[in-house]
Amino acid sequence: MVKPSSLQKTLSKGAKLTSAMAVESGEEDDLSINEQAISASEDEEGSDDERKHKKLLEAISSMGGRKRKKQNERSEASVQVSEFFVNAEGTGEKINLSDLLGTVEKTSGASNKTKKQLRNLQNSKGTLALPLNKQETEKIQRGIAYEKTTKEVSCWQNIIVQNRKAEQIVFPLNQESSGPKRVEQVVAGWKAQTPLEQEIFRLLRINSQPVNDPVLTAVEEASLKAMSLEEAKIRRSELQKTRALQSYYEAKAKREKNIKSKKYRRIQKKAKHKEFLKQFEEMVKTNPEGALEELKKMELSRMQERMSLKHQNSGKWAKSKAIMAKYDDSARKAMQEQLQMNKDLTQKIVVLSDDEHESNEEGLETVPDFVNNPEPVIDPVNPWMRGQLTHEEPEVSCVTTEEPQTAEQENEEEELIGEFERKRNLRQADEEDLIPTEEQKPESEVVEDDVVEVSDKEEEEEDEEEEDVSEFNTLFRLMRSEKTLEGPNQKSQGLNTPEREGEEGLLNEGPIRVRNIEDLEVLPEDVDPQPIAAPSLPQTAVGEATSEPPNKKRREIDLKEVLTKDARVVKVPFLPKVVEEEDHDEQISIIKEAFAGDDVISDFIKDKRKQEAAGKPKVVDLTLPGWGEWGGVGLKPSRWKRKRFRIKMAPSPPRQDRKLPDTIISENRSTSIASHQVSQLPFPFQNTAQFESCIRTPIGQTWNTQGVVKKMTKPKVITNLGAIIEPMVKEDFIKNKTTTSAGKGPAIMLGENKRANKGRKWSSAKHRGRRGSQKRKKQQTSVTA
Amino acid sequence: MAAVTPEMLTSTHVEKMNKKKPPKRYWEETENTDQSQRRPEEEQDKSEQNQNKSTVKERSLKRKNGERLEKKDPFPGEAPIPHKQLQKFQRGEKCKVPAGACKRLKEVTASSEAMSEHAQKQAARYDLLLPEDAGLLEGDEDEDTNTISQDDIADAVDITSGSKYFNLHLSQFGPYRLDYSRTGRHLLVGGKKGHVACMDWQTKDLMCEMNVMETVNDVKWLHTEAMFAVAQKRWLYIYDSKGVELHCVKKFNDVLRMQFLPYHFLLATASATGFLQYLDVSVGKEVAAICTKTGRLDVMAQNPHNAVIHLGHPNGTISLWSPNQKEPLAKMLCHRGAVRSLTVDKTGTYMVTSGLDRKIKVYDIRAFKPLHSCFQPAGASCLSLSQRGLLSAATGDIVQVYQNVLGSSPVSKPYMAHRLRGQIWGLAYCPFEDVLGIGHGEGFTSMIVPGAGEPNFDALDANPYRSHKQRQEWEVKALLEKVQPELIGLDPGQLSKVDQASFEQRHKEQVEALGFDPLAKDKFKPRRKKKGRSSAGAIEKRKRKVAHEDQRDEIRQSVQEHTEREKELKEKSKEKKLGNKSTLDRFRK
Repeated sequence: MVKPSSLQKTLSKGAKLTSAMAVESGEEDDLSINEQAISASEDEEGSDDERKHKKLLEAISSMGGRKRKKQNERSEASVQVSEFFVNAEGTGEKINLSDLLGTVEKTSGASNKTKKQLRNLQNSKGTLALPLNKQETEKIQRGIAYEKTTKEVSCWQNIIVQNRKAEQIVFPLNQESSGPKRVEQVVAGWKAQTPLEQEIFRLLRINSQPVNDPVLTAVEEASLKAMSLEEAKIRRSELQKTRALQSYYEAKAKREKNIKSKKYRRIQKKAKHKEFLKQFEEMVKTNPEGALEELKKMELSRMQERMSLKHQNSGKWAKSKAIMAKYDDSARKAMQEQLQMNKDLTQKIVVLSDDEHESNEEGLETVPDFVNNPEPVIDPVNPWMRGQLTHEEPEVSCVTTEEPQTAEQENEEEELIGEFERKRNLRQADEEDLIPTEEQKPESEVVEDDVVEVSDKEEEEEDEEEEDVSEFNTLFRLMRSEKTLEGPNQKSQGLNTPEREGEEGLLNEGPIRVRNIEDLEVLPEDVDPQPIAAPSLPQTAVGEATSEPPNKKRREIDLKEVLTKDARVVKVPFLPKVVEEEDHDEQISIIKEAFAGDDVISDFIKDKRKQEAAGKPKVVDLTLPGWGEWGGVGLKPSRWKRKRFRIKMAPSPPRQDRKLPDTIISENRSTSIASHQVSQLPFPFQNTAQFESCIRTPIGQTWNTQGVVKKMTKPKVITNLGAIIEPMVKEDFIKNKTTTSAGKGPAIMLGENKRANKGRKWSSAKHRGRRGSQKRKKQQTSVTA
Repeated sequence: MAAVTPEMLTSTHVEKMNKKKPPKRYWEETENTDQSQRRPEEEQDKSEQNQNKSTVKERSLKRKNGERLEKKDPFPGEAPIPHKQLQKFQRGEKCKVPAGACKRLKEVTASSEAMSEHAQKQAARYDLLLPEDAGLLEGDEDEDTNTISQDDIADAVDITSGSKYFNLHLSQFGPYRLDYSRTGRHLLVGGKKGHVACMDWQTKDLMCEMNVMETVNDVKWLHTEAMFAVAQKRWLYIYDSKGVELHCVKKFNDVLRMQFLPYHFLLATASATGFLQYLDVSVGKEVAAICTKTGRLDVMAQNPHNAVIHLGHPNGTISLWSPNQKEPLAKMLCHRGAVRSLTVDKTGTYMVTSGLDRKIKVYDIRAFKPLHSCFQPAGASCLSLSQRGLLSAATGDIVQVYQNVLGSSPVSKPYMAHRLRGQIWGLAYCPFEDVLGIGHGEGFTSMIVPGAGEPNFDALDANPYRSHKQRQEWEVKALLEKVQPELIGLDPGQLSKVDQASFEQRHKEQVEALGFDPLAKDKFKPRRKKKGRSSAGAIEKRKRKVAHEDQRDEIRQSVQEHTEREKELKEKSKEKKLGNKSTLDRFRK
């Protein structure tokens, strides 16, 4: 055991010694010197140990990146001399710039400039920036690494996208072509053995020649795949030609476009106009339909002009002309012309009345329905067999159903009627414009009064018709202006109609559109050359009798029309035998049972009303009687309150059967199918229509041919049974590129690759360097600041 | 060196190489490997080219407008498909993808569009494989076809066809109902007084015959000819083709009429108590029982297009039913008297009804609109539509067959007529045959009606000539493809539509959760432009350009449709004009 005191002693001694050495070594502060000093101090402890330690230190120092060169040369004797080598004076000392500069100052060879620079350098007091801290450097390194890896990884991007988009992928990916193979390719295991063989193969390989005899060289194969020379040449020449032509044309167009001469423009315009007129006249003779289209176009342009109000005299030109008009005759003329044009354009086009439509309607009104029934049924029991309706019932039902309806509905109806009247006025005005001589017949007015009652659906139809008529009239007017010769004669209506009909034939206008049931019913009648004889007088009487007060809807009447529609009688070659007695009786009894004094139609109407009422959103009444006012028996809450606290719900969407008087379509949504339906739009689709159109084609065998089914249902991924599917390698898809750019020897490719790699590395290094310097600069500025 | 590797393994090359002349290319190639891509092309002589790439050569030859034009396809490309044929197979409308849509959407729609177009084209092309035409009956001059008797027809046609006109005299067991199997091979007849028999009617091979000792209201084949259902006095029974009773379904009582929905495997029954019931015959379960509350149901038909059941009622209405809804899908007032009979055509477009008011009415059942009606002096007790749209109507003991009933113009006289010995009780056309089966008081009559049956059958669906094995195969496949009863509705294409209600609901929730509408169109933001073109006025102008784009689109579309319709009409009228003129017209005075 060593006593603590003695140990302390030795320690303190050592310390002293070192301090002494430090003093001795003077201004030396370098690390190496320190080390040496330490070693020296340790010398005294034990020489053997010291040597080992020295060696170790040397080894460590040699491991470090920058070696401190030690001059272990013995040169001169000095104070500090170890036993083994002698150091020169100041060997470990740093050489300052000033030391060197001193000599530079003296040397005459150095230029003044460099001297100056050096001096500046010496005088500059700026401290060097600190090296970046760890986090910063790591951040930079990470950034660089990220860039590098993204670059590496991004070359996969294309192939991945391609594979994802591919309709079908077959694994393993790089399959050999499925064609027949040569035996030599299949049989493996042969190697060139003799030196001659090896030599030959080496040569072949160097020149990238085929090794098997029937095979083409890689180059030749590539050339086979490429275009033939001839074709390429032809294509190129074609391209050149088109390009040249295009450029000529462009140049020409440009030149012409840049012509500023007004005269030129005017002349051209006139020429064009003339040409057009000529063509048009010819067209009228040869191709009336085309002419009509042209006419339509003209009309359109006229409309546009009219809309744009170009010919008002508010333009620059017009104003200048107005000033000049006082002095210049021609200017005045031009102005007048323009004014005339403006007048022409702004004139309203007069619409002809649609007698045809009216007459149609009249026919509709006047033709009674059940009179057309070919044969009255002789069955006193059943009211329905008599073929006449009890008129009171439906009306009554109608009234009863009408009453509970709220006031707002009436308002709606009034609105509709008002609109309708407005339209009628418009049309009348038009009529008067066109044919002032034509007298307004009272009958037509009556008819129109009737028309007012027509339900909204008919109103719509009327709208359409009105549009049609107006369109037709504009065309007609235009045609008339063309044929000025016949103009004045056509004022009277009697002449108008045949002319118009002829025109219709000419234009192929007026497609027969079937809009509703009535039309449908009317159509065959019109077509029929011998309509079923219908006495007209009693008809009208009945029609008037059945006409209702204007506020009511005409749905009931529609329904009757539907049911009492006239039917053709079918001739039968044989007459059926007399039906057996009992059967007949049975039938009659059934009928009696079925119609025990009730009305089918009114029942149906009631049913429909009920359904409609059920479908309507109900008004929620939240009034509390007695709150804020007197309550009690016989007292009603005030009107204000009722108004305030009755909450109206949003109106339900229009019923599907609103235009079908004899049909009730259930508005209940069937929930059973909902579980099978798609309720969420898949990703790329933005609305349901897109999605629905995408899945509109079924893929089943029932609807498609076999080939299509196979194509539609082909699996996205196919794997060959037993084949090993290895992960994709870069070469798999990069190879393709190299083969397409074929012909180059692989060795060269490799070299190029290397070069490219090198280049990349270099550039990245450079990049890094730049970034580093930037950072450093920043640091510097911060420090100086 | 990747290209060379397979060749390295070869062995026999040396000898072969010696035998053949040394190829020129070796020398060429040694000069420069890098440039070799183009050079051989220049140097290859034409003979070599001819060998190697005849296709390329041909193309180049065409360009050269040349002296050496050899074989040229006079009809290059695929054979064109007539527009009408294409239209026949059109499914739905193309959807236009808006210009600003995302790329993925464009791709998806483009590919699906291409696929459906391809399918349509292929289907149109394969239409060529339906070569058979329907027959028809033509009388001499001034001879109405309806005066030609069945015996005359049977004498005139070949023996096999002639044998299709026959009578079964079964006067004992009263008026007969009948049903043909879906393939048209087998016939099932059921007499009111209990006589039930099934047979292969072409060979007249009796499969079974029995008397159930009860009133028989209706008989119906199930999915194959191995089983049939008989509606007896109280319960519904199911027998197999040998007459063995398989089931007595006591849940179905007082059944008057039956219909079998082949793709759903549903047997729909209408009872005297006013119940409409559905029996799933594949699992033997009752799918739905609906109380129609309309009294006795003895008029029933199915719409083959959407499997909706039509019922006729004594108050002149016709109601449409699906098993999924307790109330009728639709209800139409068709007759002033009770409805006596009704039938729906194969495409589900037309419905023909007859009532006690002695009218026959044709309806467009898709739009619920009457097309036309005709009056029959005695009314029609039974109606039936053939596959090709011939309507047969029974009045008393006479059957009349009408042509072109489903067209636009009403008929004036029947195409054929036939008088039978008893009151007619049942009418049915035989599928894929020109035969009308008539069940009447004195038995059964098979009548020849030229042009009634569909001449081309789909062997995968209903093959009249199928063997036993094929039938079994078909049965399995049909069961696998069975359509669930939930899918029955007025619109059979409902399944391919998005469930709008739940979609909207979900969308609303999403909007609430996200705080914005992900499907909303973002407002147009004019791009900033330089050189003073981004002044307020200019921006406003640019905005104006795209304002109301959707409305404009609609208008544009409607205008386009209008013009197209006009065009079509024009073409039609032209065709008519041309059609009236024949080449021999110029010889006319």
